[in-house]
Amino acid sequence: MDALTLDANELTSQIKNGSVSAEDYVARILDRVKKVENTVHSYITLNDHAIEEARKIDKMVKSGERTGRLAGVPVAVKDNICTRGLRTTCASKMLEDYVPPYNATVIDKLQHEGAIILGKTNLDEFAMGSTTEFSNFGPTKNPWDISRVPGGSSGGSAASLAAAEATLALGSDTGGSIRCPASFCSVVGLKPTYGLVSRFGLVSFANSLELIGPMGRSTDDVALMLSCIAGRDSMDHTTLDVDNMDYTSKIKQGIKGVKIGIVKEMISDGVDDVVAKTVHDAANKLESLGASIEEISINSLQYALASYYTIAMAEVSSNLARYDGIRYGLNMNPEGFAWNAYYTKARSNFGSEVKRRIMIGTYVLSSGYYGKYYLKAQQVRTLMRQELAGIFKKLDLLIAPTMPVVPFKIGEKIDEPLKMYMADIDTVIANLTGVPAISVPCAFKDHLPIGLQILGNHLSEELLLRAAYAFEQVNDVKKVVDV
Amino acid sequence: MSVKIGLEIHCQLTSLKTKLFCSCSADYRGKDPNTNVCPICMGLPGTLPLLNKKALEYATMISLVLNSKTPSTAAFYRKNYFYPDLPKNFQITQYNAHEITSIGFDGVVEYDSKKVRIRRIQLEEDPGRLVYEGSMETSLYTLVDYNRAGVALVEIVTEPDFEDPKDVRLFLNKLASILEHLGVCDTRLEGSVRCDVNVSLAGGRKVEIKNIGSFSEAEKAIMFEISRQKSVGMKGMEVRSETRHWDDTRRVTIQSRVKEEEQDYRYFPEPDIPAVNFDNELIQTLKKRMPELPDARKSRFVERFGLSEQVAQVLINDKYLADFFEEGAKLYENAREVANWIVTDLKGYTDEFDGIRSLRIKPVHIVELAKLVDQSIISRTTAKQILQEIVKSGEMPSQVAKRLNATQISDEKSLTGIIDDVFESEKSAVKDALQNENTVNFLLGKVMQSTKGRADPKLALELIRKKLASIT
Repeated sequence: MDALTLDANELTSQIKNGSVSAEDYVARILDRVKKVENTVHSYITLNDHAIEEARKIDKMVKSGERTGRLAGVPVAVKDNICTRGLRTTCASKMLEDYVPPYNATVIDKLQHEGAIILGKTNLDEFAMGSTTEFSNFGPTKNPWDISRVPGGSSGGSAASLAAAEATLALGSDTGGSIRCPASFCSVVGLKPTYGLVSRFGLVSFANSLELIGPMGRSTDDVALMLSCIAGRDSMDHTTLDVDNMDYTSKIKQGIKGVKIGIVKEMISDGVDDVVAKTVHDAANKLESLGASIEEISINSLQYALASYYTIAMAEVSSNLARYDGIRYGLNMNPEGFAWNAYYTKARSNFGSEVKRRIMIGTYVLSSGYYGKYYLKAQQVRTLMRQELAGIFKKLDLLIAPTMPVVPFKIGEKIDEPLKMYMADIDTVIANLTGVPAISVPCAFKDHLPIGLQILGNHLSEELLLRAAYAFEQVNDVKKVVDV
Repeated sequence: MSVKIGLEIHCQLTSLKTKLFCSCSADYRGKDPNTNVCPICMGLPGTLPLLNKKALEYATMISLVLNSKTPSTAAFYRKNYFYPDLPKNFQITQYNAHEITSIGFDGVVEYDSKKVRIRRIQLEEDPGRLVYEGSMETSLYTLVDYNRAGVALVEIVTEPDFEDPKDVRLFLNKLASILEHLGVCDTRLEGSVRCDVNVSLAGGRKVEIKNIGSFSEAEKAIMFEISRQKSVGMKGMEVRSETRHWDDTRRVTIQSRVKEEEQDYRYFPEPDIPAVNFDNELIQTLKKRMPELPDARKSRFVERFGLSEQVAQVLINDKYLADFFEEGAKLYENAREVANWIVTDLKGYTDEFDGIRSLRIKPVHIVELAKLVDQSIISRTTAKQILQEIVKSGEMPSQVAKRLNATQISDEKSLTGIIDDVFESEKSAVKDALQNENTVNFLLGKVMQSTKGRADPKLALELIRKKLASIT
């Protein structure tokens, strides 16, 4: 297994100097996938052309052609990111046979850098959930303890990394969906600044909150992958005017003199004692690296979950309206049905969590309640942005737990949606305010992973990655496990 | 009984090359169903709308011309409802709420020395089209063609300021001419301008009429609806607040088949399109780029070419007629005569053939026709006959005149011979004419008759008088 856990950078170098063949490496990873999938179930669909594509990279290496920064690197892609010719299901029955006619911008960018798309990973249906249990294709298991959830909604991507089924992975993060599974699976996951990475081809759940982000087994890898996918995209008007970023070059510069705040509310009420303690320990380590640490409060945090779920569900109710079984996706045979009756029949195939969110979202947008819910939630969002902007005038970074608890047992929260929503308390703030946040492996309680979350100001990814890298150097925890 | 009429006008920005949010062609007409589509306008999972900047400019120009206020930022909203012609089951449109406004609001337009207030102007996407085999009532299936889905549409909503269906026609004529002069919409294309109308009588309930497929139908639909509501009232019944459809073949409004529920569109801001800031600079640039508009053009026609107000009005009501005139006026200094030919004679044909563009006649034809008459080469009557031929054939008037042997006989020699013959055969009339000046016209009439109207009447009369004088 150890031979299959090379860093992306190392792997690409070896492929480029001929000491490893991409074809061979991909084939071995696929063998590994075959071996562990019955247990872990990271993937929904594998790319049948992966080996062929790897062979092409080898040929290009031999003929001296440009192969890119990720030449031959096997990448797992969350199955809500469109891949041309490769089934993209969103883990939903509504799209179980849907094959997109186009690539998401991030997929084009990765392939331009020579990456091999290994397959499409499991998620909660349409990315709604924190456990990857709400998948039409069955749950993904946490490789560290297969009786537990891998987190979600990018659970398949995180598990594939922890189980050595891929070198890099793409996730998407609407309220913590990259960071939560990164934390639960002891891997690194970054939610970039809103607008830094193109959403074109990411199937929308709550489009004002979410972004695609890189996941890997090291901060270095995450920085490399971010460098490859970041930047302005003419296909997404919400992308920022940023281009040709290199997040790897300054990653080793350390964090001497960096001012870090530790968020009081995130390490007090409702937080697992062990989790709180590991964050304090992490703070001490960061301090020993030359950073200064102070405790700070985010007053508007008490409204964060209410605001987040109101906005997210409102957007869900509109974004998912297009799945009506008429133009694409599940065809329920409209013969003999009037429009509304057919909509009812086709749309009953959403899973229970998706239905719940569509209904709540429809309610909060309805004319009598818009001002009471949606508008209020947006006001909270503005308030939170202002408060955070004030904090980042004084401080460079914030630290907090990624998740207030260790991974749940499978089935533990499935019938208690409110308890499940509560677990997002520490992650949603980055989505509501658009700032970047990373989860890095921090510690294990018994055999269960705990992640450290670092948040930064808008477009502070370079500093964020520098801090995560510095922490990683003094905090060696396992990132891969044999299942 | 007082009538209140308000309009909701939709006009497609047909001059755009592409749709409002993707690079599909804005020209969807005549294409095979569902071929003018892409992942974006089909609303495929993961696609995002990309705002057409030109559409925003065009819509802003319309707002400015209709004397409306423009916002400091333009934002889009989603209007959520399920209908098969909407690929995303929501429409990206604009909305006036929460300190955000549409591209135009609070405007006022003068027409025929009256005024109508404009409530709002908004930019939105056109839905696809539902197609039925046979008719909507008998078809077993509804087919959907998304070729039109995503075409840029500007909605103009007026206050209920009209009191007469005729005023609606005058206003819509002016609006159409404005849109043509701005160069944003070809109003003659099928379905490029549509109109919903609301009508209420003497403070009664408001009835909305949808599905009026062209501006010219609006007046008819309103007239029908007014008399319908009057007759409902006369029967002692109350007019119901309802939505009706205009059936343009039976020429009646009919109650919409399904009673429409009170729709809650759950408007909320479109997260995928960042708000666009309107700096004053852009507005100034657009104002500078604004072409000459109908009102200014009319004044210019009156002042520069000496046209009457009415003739100028008829010309500018239809940009193509006005352009036609202006091109003609470049070729011939007697512009008034060119205008008269267009307004009194040519327009009859253009009305009949639905537009001057379907005729093969060019300004050069009208100019030559006017010249031939002015130079007494052909008579006015002959000229009208020639016009009838050339509107369809596109031949030059002089050629037709030659072919028909219709040029005027205006040389003295030929005319003298003809007059001699008439004097020979109408001896008693000649006698009368010598006594009574008024009977001279009878002799002229005979000359015209024997030349089939080709004799130059002025010269003929002169020669007749000369001959009479020589007899005494």
